[in-house]
Amino acid sequence: MGAFGHYLSGHFATFRLEFWSLFVGGVANGFLYGMIAVGYTLVYGVLRLINFAHSEIFMSGGFAGYFVMKALIGNSVPSGAATVFLIIVGIVVGGTAGALVATLLERVAYRPLRRRNAPKLAYLISAIGASYFLFNLAGKEFGRYSISMPQPYINHPVFHIFGAAVQLYYVVIFIAGVVMLFALDRVVATTKLGRSIRAVAQDAETASLMGVNIDRTIALTFIVGGALGGAAGFLFGLGTGVVYTMGFVPALKAFTAAVLGGIGNLRGAMIGGLLLGVVESLSVVFVQAAYIDVIAFGILVAVLLFRPTGILGERLGRAA
Amino acid sequence: MQTFLRNPHLRRFGISFLVMELVALMTGPPGSTQTPTAGFRGSFFEASSFYGLFRTQRWVVFLALAVVVFAIWSGWLTQGSVIRTTTSKALTYPRAVTQRKPVRWSLLGVALIVALLLPRIVDDAFWHSAMTEQIGVFVLLATGLNVVVGFAGLLDLGYVAFYAIGAYTTAWITGSLPTPAPFHGHFDPFVAIPVAIVIVMVAGILLGAPTLRLRGDYLAIVTLGFGEIVTIFANNLYGITGGSQGSGPIPHPVLHVGPLHYVWSLKPVPYYYLLLVFLVIFLIAFSLLEHSRIGRAWTAIREDEVAAESVGINPLKYKVMAFAIGASTAGFAGVVTASQSNNVFPSSFTLQSSINILVLVIFGGMGSIFGVVVGAIIIQVAYSYLLHTPPQGYQSADLYMYLGALLVLMMIFRPSGLIPSRRRQREMVLSKAGEGHMDEVLTGDTP
Amino acid sequence: MSDLIFNVDSVTLRFGGVVSLNDVSLHQKRGEILAVIGPNGAGKTSLFNSLTGVYQPQEGSIFFTNREGKVISIIGKKAHRVASAGVARTFQASRMFSALTTFENVKIGAESHRGIGVIGAMVKGPRTRRGERHSDERTEELLKFVGLYDKANVISSSLSYGDRRRLEIARGLATDPQVLLLDEPAAGTNPAEKIQLTELIRKVRDEMGVSILLIEHDMKLVMALAERLYVLNFGSVIAEGSPEAIRSNPVVIEAYLGSSDDESEKSPS
Ligand SMILES: Nc1ncnc2c1ncn2[C@@H]1O[C@H](COP(=O)(O)OP(=O)(O)O)[C@@H](O)[C@H]1O
Ligand SMILES: [Mg+2]
Repeated sequence: MGAFGHYLSGHFATFRLEFWSLFVGGVANGFLYGMIAVGYTLVYGVLRLINFAHSEIFMSGGFAGYFVMKALIGNSVPSGAATVFLIIVGIVVGGTAGALVATLLERVAYRPLRRRNAPKLAYLISAIGASYFLFNLAGKEFGRYSISMPQPYINHPVFHIFGAAVQLYYVVIFIAGVVMLFALDRVVATTKLGRSIRAVAQDAETASLMGVNIDRTIALTFIVGGALGGAAGFLFGLGTGVVYTMGFVPALKAFTAAVLGGIGNLRGAMIGGLLLGVVESLSVVFVQAAYIDVIAFGILVAVLLFRPTGILGERLGRAA
Repeated sequence: MQTFLRNPHLRRFGISFLVMELVALMTGPPGSTQTPTAGFRGSFFEASSFYGLFRTQRWVVFLALAVVVFAIWSGWLTQGSVIRTTTSKALTYPRAVTQRKPVRWSLLGVALIVALLLPRIVDDAFWHSAMTEQIGVFVLLATGLNVVVGFAGLLDLGYVAFYAIGAYTTAWITGSLPTPAPFHGHFDPFVAIPVAIVIVMVAGILLGAPTLRLRGDYLAIVTLGFGEIVTIFANNLYGITGGSQGSGPIPHPVLHVGPLHYVWSLKPVPYYYLLLVFLVIFLIAFSLLEHSRIGRAWTAIREDEVAAESVGINPLKYKVMAFAIGASTAGFAGVVTASQSNNVFPSSFTLQSSINILVLVIFGGMGSIFGVVVGAIIIQVAYSYLLHTPPQGYQSADLYMYLGALLVLMMIFRPSGLIPSRRRQREMVLSKAGEGHMDEVLTGDTP
Repeated sequence: MSDLIFNVDSVTLRFGGVVSLNDVSLHQKRGEILAVIGPNGAGKTSLFNSLTGVYQPQEGSIFFTNREGKVISIIGKKAHRVASAGVARTFQASRMFSALTTFENVKIGAESHRGIGVIGAMVKGPRTRRGERHSDERTEELLKFVGLYDKANVISSSLSYGDRRRLEIARGLATDPQVLLLDEPAAGTNPAEKIQLTELIRKVRDEMGVSILLIEHDMKLVMALAERLYVLNFGSVIAEGSPEAIRSNPVVIEAYLGSSDDESEKSPS
């Protein structure tokens, strides 16, 4: 066994020791990625394009959550019941802001192009422009440094699994993530809106012949995806603080998750998110923290090159 | 209520109002992390005076502007077609004149003379460095990206990575990095030009060959990630790149050919001329390329990849070619920047710069060499001007906000750019009429 | 052996659960005008796409014999390689480079299989110029041949249906093929254009020695041109033979009468 062997065995020892705590953190990140990824997948389903500005929907949720927390908490220390209330309010406000920005985006950056039947390249460029506009506007208005969010709770361990402490922050993300992703899955599978979304995803022309209002469906798809993205932005900001560029990296990773699960496939996006979160978190042991983002990107390239349809395959219409 | 809101006049006024208030916000004072609402307050409720003529709050000023916009918009709706036909009629003759070959050549000659005399005409230290670092370099970069985006139709969001690789190669060759130079030599930056171009071209091919078969939107994300990775490595490989501290001092190039002997220095103007010489070479080469077999093959692939393959064109080969040509242009720009600014920092090669260069291409007109040069000059002059004499409330990072808005506006109102390439313009019009298969290249919906 | 330009043996092509081609075998002699007919959705275009490398069938073999008598396996080859080997085609829904002129469209075909030196293209040396001149001449020739010379500088998207078909034929011929695959060339053309088209196709074979493989619904055109026919239905070959034999084949009549959703089919008369 050479030096490299020692290096590896040393890392594996750390790996065993830290496995569960890294795993828990990874699952929490994974839920956030999943919540963002479904936004990509939903929009891809109905418009056949990647919403490059989704990162800014996420960012707007973060800032909206920040302002509300700041106004409601200030310097006080909330009680247990108030904490639950505050988190729900934060999610609702973050989600609303995300939905609002998503609606504006659809109206301003996409709909005029759709009317004109523009080439896809035009959509991509328009979305990139919108993204740049939005986050730099946020930078101008809110400053260009990270702001930490007033905390609605003390982040103490709630319980332990296999010796790894699970912080309250993670519990909040688990509950919120499970509830929202489950709700979304049901909405798409069972409601009238869900049926319209699936119909448009399968074949927009036929759907419109069958009486589905395409414009309305697309707008609502943006709202639904935006709400989840915005809520994820709030939850993310709770832990990491908010800054105008906060959307870029999580969104790139969520996109990776969406591709990993098969873009256009809702459950795929959720699973892809969890998978990416965990893999990324565990790889901390082997790779310097600075290169963590490289891993997600490597996964993205590998998936695109070798299995572009992802784990569960494409198509919102069929698999969801 | 519904019908009231649907009222077209009201809608138009509402949109004008919202847009103008947004402009108020964009042009207003910045907020800060400590006072994140100061920007809003200052943008709308600050007292504003117009050269002391009257004093009022900003939102009122912009409300008035909204009324003006509304009036112009309404006027355009009724008179627009008349105005458009009149102007196009008025422009028929000048257009026809500029189409003539002798006229074109003499215009180009005049432009070249102006470019040669420019450092004399604008004799100002700030503008000397601006016309080198901001205008010259970025025109060159935009010209290179135009080959990728405009000619081959590939959206490359990591273009700046090649620029970075070119700059770091220069630092390496001249012995300015922590990692030792090849052959322990401390070469002249001129030696770095061919080396950098080759290295960058190889990097372009290595990245392009596997990824260029991807759909257009995936390619955009992959290149974006590539750009980020290059920055991450440049920032963290302290032993090789010097990390965020950047490189050591890079020497200036020395020209020694026969009787010619010249030593560049920190002065920007000599670099301006160096750039100009190479820019002219690149422009001529690219315009020959556009009208060659290769340029036609790019157009064919862009318009209908399936049909192009059916006549024996290998799309991947041509895409990689465009990618490598674009990359090597950026690599060359990197050499010049590195030796001119005397060192390289990872912070000069952000995603923001990639987007900035993309805006130059889109604004000027994808695929139109002349348009891209003009567009790049306009935007970079505006940027430099704003840097030189910033209006109240302007921060240099606000530029990206304006550029983002510009991209959206261009896509809505003038997707083929300021001075469109004739082929591109036709494509945009045709896709509107449902002709052509441009999208399939991007969506992968083959027959 | 080498007088077979196409030798297709037991080809099966599936898309998920859909079987587009089921155990299809087809042979075309060099210089033959062969037609493939069948109702919509029978798999005719899928067959063309398999022959040109656009689709990759899961089973079977497709061999093409080139000018030098070399036998080339098509399956596993990329579309552009197949095209360079000598297989040209037109598309059912015409696919031109719509923003380019008629001349440029054909020229792209004429120059596509030449070497591509970037430096050569940038410098415009004597070799490049000679190549250009050669492509220009070939393009002019072909435009005259198909009768589009007077529309050489027209933007191709403004051409009529009939002209588009002829443009695609010229573009295909410009690649100097051994065989030309025509996917419903008469669709959307008027009776006069149909007659011209029939003559043109025959001229391609007689004067240029290019074999023709033809998909067509217009029975008059098929019967006038084809020396032999294959009939496809639901992805399978249901009949093969001379026009006369096919016309009276009860299986074929049944297949056509059975497809009620297809009004473009006139019963073979
Ligand atoms: N790319 C594809 N993906 C899925 N199914 C396809 C594809 N191409 C063809 N098919 C299927 O193959 C069958 C035959 O189609 P086609 O070859 O176009 O018939 P034809 O040209 O005889 O009208 C159809 O059922 C069609 O749906
Ligand atoms: Mg067909």
